[in-house]
Amino acid sequence: MKTLKYFKKQFAVKHFISYFVLIGVILVMAVLSATGALSRSAYSTLTKIGYSMILAVSLNLVVGFLGELSLGHAGFMCVGAYIGCFIFNLLEPVTGSGILTLIIAMLSGGVSAAIFGFIIGVPALRLRGDYLAICTLAFGEIVRNVFKNLPFFGGAKGLNTGLFDRTTLLFVTLVTVLVVLAIVQNLIRSKHGRAITAIRDNEIAARAMGVNVTYYKLLVFVLSAFAAGLSGVLYGKAVGIIRQDNFSYNYSIEILVMVVLGGIGSMNGSLIAATIITAVTVFLQNPPPAIRDALNLGDDTLAIVKTIAYAVILILIIMYNNAPVFAGLREKLSIKKLFAKFKKKDPGNISADEAKWDRITTKIEMDEVLRVDVKKREGELTDPDKPERGAK
Amino acid sequence: MVTVIDGLSLGAIYALIALGYTMVYGIAKMLNFAHGDIIMVGAFAIFVTFSTLGHPLIAILVAVVICTVLGVTIERLAYRPLRTASPLAVLITAIGVSYLLQGIAQLIFGAGNNPVNFLASLGVVSFSLFGSQINVSWSSILTVGLGAILMVGLTLFVKYTRTGRAMRAVSEDRGAATLQGIDANKIIMITFAIGSFLAAFASLFYLSKTPVNPTFGSMPGIKAFTAAVIGGIGSIPGAMLGGILLGMIETICLSIPAISSYTTAIEFSVLIIILMIRPIGLLGKKRRVKV
Amino acid sequence: MNDVLLRTENLGISFGGLKAVEGLNLEVRKGQLYGLVGPNGAGKTTVFNMLTGVNLPTEGTFFLDGEELRGKSQEAINRKGIARTFQNIRLFVNMSVVRNVMVGLHNQPEFHCNAFTSMFRLPRHYEEEATMRDKAKEILKIFDLYEERNNLSCNLPYGKQRKLEIARALATNPKLLLLDEPAAGMNPNETEDLMTIVRRLRDEFDLTILLIEHDMHFVSGLCDEITVLNFGQTLAHGTPEEALNDPEVIRAYIGN
Repeated sequence: MKTLKYFKKQFAVKHFISYFVLIGVILVMAVLSATGALSRSAYSTLTKIGYSMILAVSLNLVVGFLGELSLGHAGFMCVGAYIGCFIFNLLEPVTGSGILTLIIAMLSGGVSAAIFGFIIGVPALRLRGDYLAICTLAFGEIVRNVFKNLPFFGGAKGLNTGLFDRTTLLFVTLVTVLVVLAIVQNLIRSKHGRAITAIRDNEIAARAMGVNVTYYKLLVFVLSAFAAGLSGVLYGKAVGIIRQDNFSYNYSIEILVMVVLGGIGSMNGSLIAATIITAVTVFLQNPPPAIRDALNLGDDTLAIVKTIAYAVILILIIMYNNAPVFAGLREKLSIKKLFAKFKKKDPGNISADEAKWDRITTKIEMDEVLRVDVKKREGELTDPDKPERGAK
Repeated sequence: MVTVIDGLSLGAIYALIALGYTMVYGIAKMLNFAHGDIIMVGAFAIFVTFSTLGHPLIAILVAVVICTVLGVTIERLAYRPLRTASPLAVLITAIGVSYLLQGIAQLIFGAGNNPVNFLASLGVVSFSLFGSQINVSWSSILTVGLGAILMVGLTLFVKYTRTGRAMRAVSEDRGAATLQGIDANKIIMITFAIGSFLAAFASLFYLSKTPVNPTFGSMPGIKAFTAAVIGGIGSIPGAMLGGILLGMIETICLSIPAISSYTTAIEFSVLIIILMIRPIGLLGKKRRVKV
Repeated sequence: MNDVLLRTENLGISFGGLKAVEGLNLEVRKGQLYGLVGPNGAGKTTVFNMLTGVNLPTEGTFFLDGEELRGKSQEAINRKGIARTFQNIRLFVNMSVVRNVMVGLHNQPEFHCNAFTSMFRLPRHYEEEATMRDKAKEILKIFDLYEERNNLSCNLPYGKQRKLEIARALATNPKLLLLDEPAAGMNPNETEDLMTIVRRLRDEFDLTILLIEHDMHFVSGLCDEITVLNFGQTLAHGTPEEALNDPEVIRAYIGN
C-alpha cells in the first residue's frame, strides 16, 4: 500500500515525458513502416539517431552524474561492435539471422564492453579529472589498434557483418533506447543515483557518509560501457562493415559534444541533441541532389561547412553559458523570465533570492556541475584550515 | 644507432609539442586541445610560403610568426572569456577551436596531402662507427640539435628571467600571484605565445616525416599530450622526459617487425601503466587535498 | 572500563618528517561530550582525519568499542559508527536539503535494496524510498530545517548549512559523532541554539560527541571533559575549568 502511495506521489509527468515521446515515435514508425512510407535512407537515419541516443545517454551518466570526463566512449562501442558482430557471424549458421541472434549478439557485445568498462574503471579509482580523461582516450586508441591487428576481425579492411533487416533493426534500436533510458533514469532517481551524485559533488564528504565510492564508480563505468557496447552492435548491423577508423577519439568527442550541447546532467537534453546532431550530420553528408546542384558544390563541401558551423556553435554555446561577459544577456533571455512576462507578472518583483533559485532551475544544468568545480578549486586555494602543523 | 638518433629526433618533436601542452596546463590550468592544430597551421604556412617563395628560412620565419599570433589570438578570443569557468567547459571550447581550424584548413587546402620536404633534401650523413656504415639524415640531426637548443633556452628563460619567475608564480597560485601585482592574463598570453612558438618548430620538423593535410596535427598532438602526461603535466622537465621517452618507445617498437603494428597500443599502455603506478606522472608535483 | 567508546593509543602522524600529532591518548566514554581544543595548527582536524580514515596514523592506533579501526577505509569506519562534519563545509551542493540527508541514510541496514532493484523499479525500491524520505524528514525536523527541505543545500544560510552537515552525519546512525568547529561563523543566538541541539543529540540519540571548537563559551558550557592540544602534543586534559586554567594552556594561548 505504502509502495503504491509513494509511487503515485513520485509520479510526475515531467519524469516520464521522454518515455511517452519515445513510445509515440515507435508507434508512428510502426504505422509509417507498415504503409511503406519510409525510404531506405529514412530507416538508416533513424537507426543512427537511435544508437547515437544510447551513446549520449550512457556517456551522460559518466560525465553528468559521476562527474568524470571520459574521452573513450567510442572505444567501448568498438569492443561491443567487434565482439557482438563476431558472435553474430558465428551464430548465424546455427540460429539463423533472426532477432534472437541479434539479441544474443547485443548482449555479448554489451557484456564484453562492460568488462572493458570495469578495466578502465579501475584507474578511474585512482586518477581524477584530466588524468582520467587522457587515460580513457588512451584506452580507446589501444582498443582500436588491437582490433585493427587481430587477424580474425578482418584487420584493416574491417569486419564484414552483413546488413540486418532494416525494419526489425530500427525497432530493436528504438526499444533498446527506451530500455537503456529507463534503466539509467531509474538508477539516477534512486538512492544509488544520490550516492553517485554525492561522489560528484564532494567525494570526500561522500566517503565520510559511508558511500562506497569504489563500487559506484565501477558500477557507472560498467553500465555505461554496457550500453555503448549494445549501440556498437546495432551500429555494426546497420552499416554492414565495421572499420576501426570509425571509432577514433574524434567520435568519442562527437558523443561528448552531444552530451554537452544537450546539457550535462540532462537526459532529455542528450536525447534531443543526439537527434539533431545526427540528423544534421546525415543531411549534410548526403544533401539532396537538388540542393547540391543548385548550389553547385563539391561532394564534401557541405560536410566541411558542417564541421566549421559545428565548431562555431559549440564555442558560442559554451561561451553563452559560462562566460561572465554574457551573464547579463543570460539573465535577459532566461526562459523562466519570459514565462513570467507572459503571465504578466513583473519579473522585477522577484526577490534576489528567488531570482537566484530561478536561474539555477532554468539554466542548462551543466552550469551547476561547473559551479561545483569552480567552488572546489577556490576552496582548495583559500582553505583556511591547516591540518599540517605550521612552522614553529 | 640510427634508431637512437631517429628516436631522439621524434622524441624532440614530441617534447616541443608537449612543452606547449604542459606550460599551458601548468599556468592556465587547462588542456589546450587545439594545440595540435596550431602545428597543422604552422605546417601549412611553411608549405605555402615555401612553394611560393621557395626560400626555407623565410618559410620558417613566417610559420613562427603565424603560429605565435594564432596561439595568442585563440587564447584572447576563446579561452580568456572562460577563465572562471570549469575545466570541462574550457576543454570543450578547445575541442571546438580544434574542429574550427581543421575545417578552415580543409576548406582552403582540401583534404589531400601536400608534401614539403626541404629538410629531407638536405640528405644524409654517412660515417662509420665500430666498423659499420651508419647513415643519419640531416633532418634528424637538425631536429635533435635545434630541439635541444630550444628546450635549454626555455628552461633558462623560465628559471632566470623576470617573466619566467612570474610564470612560475602564476602556476603555483594564480590568486596570490595577482595580489603580488602580476598580471595573470598577460602571463597566460605569453605562455600561449611560447607554446605556439615551439609548435611552429615542431611543425617544421614533423614535416620531414609526413606530408601536411588538415589532420596533420592530431596524431603528434595526441602523442605529445600523452608525453606531457607521462612526464607529469605541468612540469617542464617532465614534458621533455616524456617526449623523448615516447619518441624512443615509438621508434624502437616500429623497428621490431613482430610488434610494429601494435606501436600505438604499446605507447598508450605505457601511459596507463605509468599513471597507475604514479597517478601524477613521472615528474609531476603532488597536490594534497585538504580535508 | 567497559563504557569507553573511543580509545586512542599513542596516536600520531607525521607528514614528511613533520610531526603533526604525537602520542595522543584519548579516552572518550559513552554518552560524553568531549572537547578537543587548541590554537590554530595544533593538529585537531588531523586527529579527526585519522579517526575517520582520511589519513593513516603513522604511529599508534585507535579503538571504537574495543575494535581496532586503524587502517580501515573511510567508508568502513563510517559503517562501524564514526560520522563527522567538516570545518570547511562539504555539502552536496547540487542536491536538495532532504536529499543530502538521504545520502547519509544510504547505508542503513534497513535500506539494502541493490542497484538492480532500483534499475528495474521493483516494489521494494518504492517502499524503501518512501521510508527513507520520511526518516530524512524526521531528522530535518530536529534541526529545524524541515521548511527548507526542498531548497538546494548551497542556497541555505551559513548557520543552516552547518546544521545540515550535522543532520547528514546523524543520518548515518553513528555511535560517535565528530563535529569540526560546529559553531564557526554562527551568531550568538545560533550558537545557543546549536548547544541545545547538541545536548539533545546526546540525550535522545544515545550519542557520544567529540568536538573541536574555538568558542570557549561553547566548550565550557557543553563539554564534560576536554583535551588541549598544541603543536600536536597534549598540553592538558580534564574538566573544562581544570584544563583551561592550566598554566601551560594559558601560556600556549596568551604567551609568556
